[in-house]
Amino acid sequence: MAESLILIEHDRQQVKRPSLHAIALARQLGGEYALLVLGHSLDGIAASLVPYGASAVVVADDPALAEPLADRYATVIAEAARKGGAKTILGTSSTFSKDVLPRAAALLDAPMVTDVVAIEEMDGSISYRRPINAGSMFAMVKVEGDRRVLTVRATAFEAPAADVAPCPIKRFDFDAASLPNGIQFISREERKSDRPDLTEARVVVSGGRPLKDEETFERLVGGLADALGGAIGATRAAVDAGMAPNDYQIGQTGKIVAPELYIALGISGAIQHLAGIKDSRIIVAINKDPDAPIFQMATYGLVGDLYQIVPQLIESIRRA
Amino acid sequence: MKILVSFKSVPDPNDVTIAGAAVSTPKSVINPFDEIAIEEALRIRERGEATEIVGVTIGAPAVDEQIRAALAMGVDRAIRIDDSRALDPYAVARILGAVVEKEAPNVVIMGKQAVDDDSNQVGQMLAGLLGQPQATFVSKIEFLDNKTRARCTRETDAGLEVVEVNLPAIITTDLRLNEPRYVSLPGLLRARRKPIEVLTCDQLGVAVRPLTTVLSIARPPKRAAGTRVESVEELITKLKQEAKVL
Repeated sequence: MAESLILIEHDRQQVKRPSLHAIALARQLGGEYALLVLGHSLDGIAASLVPYGASAVVVADDPALAEPLADRYATVIAEAARKGGAKTILGTSSTFSKDVLPRAAALLDAPMVTDVVAIEEMDGSISYRRPINAGSMFAMVKVEGDRRVLTVRATAFEAPAADVAPCPIKRFDFDAASLPNGIQFISREERKSDRPDLTEARVVVSGGRPLKDEETFERLVGGLADALGGAIGATRAAVDAGMAPNDYQIGQTGKIVAPELYIALGISGAIQHLAGIKDSRIIVAINKDPDAPIFQMATYGLVGDLYQIVPQLIESIRRA
Repeated sequence: MKILVSFKSVPDPNDVTIAGAAVSTPKSVINPFDEIAIEEALRIRERGEATEIVGVTIGAPAVDEQIRAALAMGVDRAIRIDDSRALDPYAVARILGAVVEKEAPNVVIMGKQAVDDDSNQVGQMLAGLLGQPQATFVSKIEFLDNKTRARCTRETDAGLEVVEVNLPAIITTDLRLNEPRYVSLPGLLRARRKPIEVLTCDQLGVAVRPLTTVLSIARPPKRAAGTRVESVEELITKLKQEAKVL
């Protein structure tokens, strides 16, 4: 019986690396942990999960789970948690886990803590640290009851090494015919990109409203990202203005990134955006307004015109 | 069609201070994501697809100010669940579950998260408790088949996704669904005459106790401001030699 059950996310081809970071928290909590993966035709994905020190990889594989529909997924997750006797159900924060895990928590009659970044032990009980108010504050939260659901911030926990003897893969049997049927998958926008995933990239270049339009955004932000082998991000303003797709948005309600190098182009530094970047190791800000708040937290700040600076930067990097 | 919009009164995100294990503000506002939910309900009614919009919130009498603001935007009537405890998302979902059972709306719309707590749980928990379909992080809603289903575009980490949900259902709103209207003076005057029903958890027949408790709140250490560089060359040199990222 595993103490913790960790929900693993995948894109039908492979495991999403950030979802493995929840393993680090399960190890800190102690006890055995199992990895749970849901979907259809999961053999390859399940096989890739065996070297992470879990007691088992639990696989719920069925055509009914081909798409991540919250009503079905939550039902299966709750059932797996009950049958496995898991006290803690964890996932890494993402739109996937945030869609399905609170619903599973309700089915388990369990409280949930979102975006855990650390735990502390006080008087034998564990409390959880999590950002609130767009990351401008942290709360320490205590949880009662014998079962809880957690999501963790991938940027706050290390990825585990794949260095342990393989664990068994166990098929999780459930009655697919009795699953809810209230949500139908219609379509997904598939945008192929050769660039690294935003939440996993070593370098992120991101742009704000001064990038003007989609073409300029791609030329400057995309050009610099490509010169550095990095990913592209954007502010809410840039996404709202149609310069970049929604999944590029970084910040309180978008993605949280913590790359080695974050380059902010024409970003003034609204608190909601800074919430998503402040754990980056090096932050470079390029902005023509010398008073932009982003300069308060940038490792290196350069005041000037993007349209002159960025092409120079791209060229210098390419030359090097 | 009847729409239930739930909204939370939150500290003005631009003016929050720490007061013990809670935050304090001189000014509360409707959670911006919930304002988007209210606006969407109004637009659905304006295009003739809804006949009634009921607003619901939980809190002490002080939240009546945000209730009046919702009524001034155009919500028809409001329910305040009189409970001033520091509730957690699961307790809120259970209370709202009792309200949904009483009101039996065709659809519940609410913000995907509250900007104070950033938990992003209540809508999904409510859907789970009620056994209703959910569509979260929604940036477009259309009703289909004589309003028995809703087609929703969702903003996900991988881009846009479209799902259809059978009604009744729970929908949570993302930023790009709409831009909420400002409250008008005639709206404010009309709001004064609109009813606010006050109910307790007892009256709803739901007994909840928060299972998560905030022990303390603190500001994180500030990231120190770095250095200004004067040119692209200097920046590249710093990134190579000092930061060693190039």
